Amino acid sequence: MTRHGNRGLRLYTTLYLAFLYLPVLLLPIFSFNDSIYVALPIKGLTLQWWSEMAAQTGMHTALANSLVVAVPVAFASTSLGLVAVLALFGRERLPGAPLVTGLFTLPLVVPYIILGIALLILFNRSGIGLSLFSVGFGHTLICTPFALFVLMSRFEGLDPSLAEAALDLGETPWMAFWRVTFPIVLPGVMASLLLTFTISFDEFLLAFFLTGNDSTLPLYIFSQLRFPAKLPAVLALGSAILLATFAIVIVAERLRRRGLGSTGNTD
Amino acid sequence: MGGTRLHPDTCHSETSLRLDQSPPKSGEQGLDSSIARRLIVIQTYNTTILQEGNRIVASTATGPATGLLTRHWPQHPVIGRYALLSPALLLMLAGLLMPVLLLVGQSFVVESPEGWHAGLANYAAVLEGPQYQRVLARSIAVAALVATLTVLLAYPAAYFIAFEVSGNKMTWLILITLPFWTSYLLRVFAWKLILGFNGVINSALVYMGLIDAPLEFLLHNTFAVIVTLAHAWAAFAILPIFVSLQKIDRSLLEAAQDLGEGPAMTFLRVTLPLSMPGVISAFLLVFIPTVGDYVTPKLVGGPNGIMIGSLIQFSFGQLENWPLGSAIAVLAMLVVTALVCLFLWTASRARRLVA
Repeated sequence: MTRHGNRGLRLYTTLYLAFLYLPVLLLPIFSFNDSIYVALPIKGLTLQWWSEMAAQTGMHTALANSLVVAVPVAFASTSLGLVAVLALFGRERLPGAPLVTGLFTLPLVVPYIILGIALLILFNRSGIGLSLFSVGFGHTLICTPFALFVLMSRFEGLDPSLAEAALDLGETPWMAFWRVTFPIVLPGVMASLLLTFTISFDEFLLAFFLTGNDSTLPLYIFSQLRFPAKLPAVLALGSAILLATFAIVIVAERLRRRGLGSTGNTD
Repeated sequence: MGGTRLHPDTCHSETSLRLDQSPPKSGEQGLDSSIARRLIVIQTYNTTILQEGNRIVASTATGPATGLLTRHWPQHPVIGRYALLSPALLLMLAGLLMPVLLLVGQSFVVESPEGWHAGLANYAAVLEGPQYQRVLARSIAVAALVATLTVLLAYPAAYFIAFEVSGNKMTWLILITLPFWTSYLLRVFAWKLILGFNGVINSALVYMGLIDAPLEFLLHNTFAVIVTLAHAWAAFAILPIFVSLQKIDRSLLEAAQDLGEGPAMTFLRVTLPLSMPGVISAFLLVFIPTVGDYVTPKLVGGPNGIMIGSLIQFSFGQLENWPLGSAIAVLAMLVVTALVCLFLWTASRARRLVA
């Protein structure tokens, strides 16, 4: 590539980044705008919408529900992913490994609406019924593949000989895992916990189909979109969620890549 | 890691020697020269590990090589590993295969005042109703357009990161994928605010005096759906393309240049064909979920922007006709699967023709 093409591509990628970020950044900008309408020009700065948002009791309940779902989902899907990676990872290929990996990829490619109605029928026909538990079950299903792939990237930097050396030195498999493998993959485990938490916390469509009477935060936002007067408070709530998500994902990405060599030049 | 050497003396006579010859991971170029190596040799009675920092660069091993935790089940290492896999496999079976089977079963349920029986009435209703076919055809067309647009927009950015960025590829990748982690609902909602009748674009144009009345064609139509979805799925397109570009052996490009190809022809005849697997998976990763999308048509599509997901939701929601909704869903899945297979078949034929 010539110098010219190089600069053109850099400009394009920068514009592409702007296209990706600007819509998202509008929410925080207009959450401070002193107007009930989301329109330019900005009228003035106000904290009114943020205090209005913080005072909504419905929001508090929805936030609590979201946490009640997302925290167990993060631990469940990360544990399931970790155990599955331990089984898949080894010096010898596991017979049937491509089939197993394919099965784990399925929740990522099946449209959520199909997954949503299929699980709705399952919970309804089995008599379990709809509640925050069914939401959590659906979220665990879609988060486990993410946990698996995040952990896999961590395990790829790890040589099975390390744990084998521990076994040869007389450790039990259980202790070899806790004292050798787990400390090395711990950053990956933390990253997986954070990312699966975020996926569950932000997920709308499965929760839409699988919840009983309880609202999670995205469902609460969706219900508020019908009322134009509540729009600015929704903007404030959305901005708070965006901020939290950004912070969590940045920490997770740093953790995921720590010690893998890729961030060696920045640390 | 071309400089790695394992001294012959450390190798056992009957050992299998594994040298890490994997191509440098992204962002690693130039790391070797800048960071002094700290090599550690861990030796046990049958394993030698040559460690650099906490990265293994070479290891030798004798004896049976088995899975990580299953060495103490020497008779059945495979069974032991599948035992570890079973919780996650069980979740996939109980949470994915079983519900989808139930969904298919539900689609054959025909309800009548006397009770219910199995039949094809729901499928007949869907196949006879022209509105279902119209909406499904439109969903597929919109999804194909969105996938094409997303791949076209993402390719130059992926190319830039793979070929033009040398040191901090990871920073660029994280920057590009970061918005993808934020709430899908909020991103779609943001586009509603941008494109709305009194939204950001219209109010800005009116304020600047460029237009007298707000433009109505921005929101509540297919255009809005396509823009919103192309934005929402960007990360799904850029990652597979980046990975396939990153895998390309750089010496092939040099060879093409040495043989007299210009930059444009090198791209068309070497880089582009070699990155096609990434382009194809990017297209499918965007296409498949987009066909069934519900949130975007609902928020920015308007009455004419409804897609098949809206009809499925309507059957399960307001209409309370689950068997009909299931039949729509099953038919949509079948059509999409057939299209994906056709697409993959065409792609592999095309590749064989080129090669």
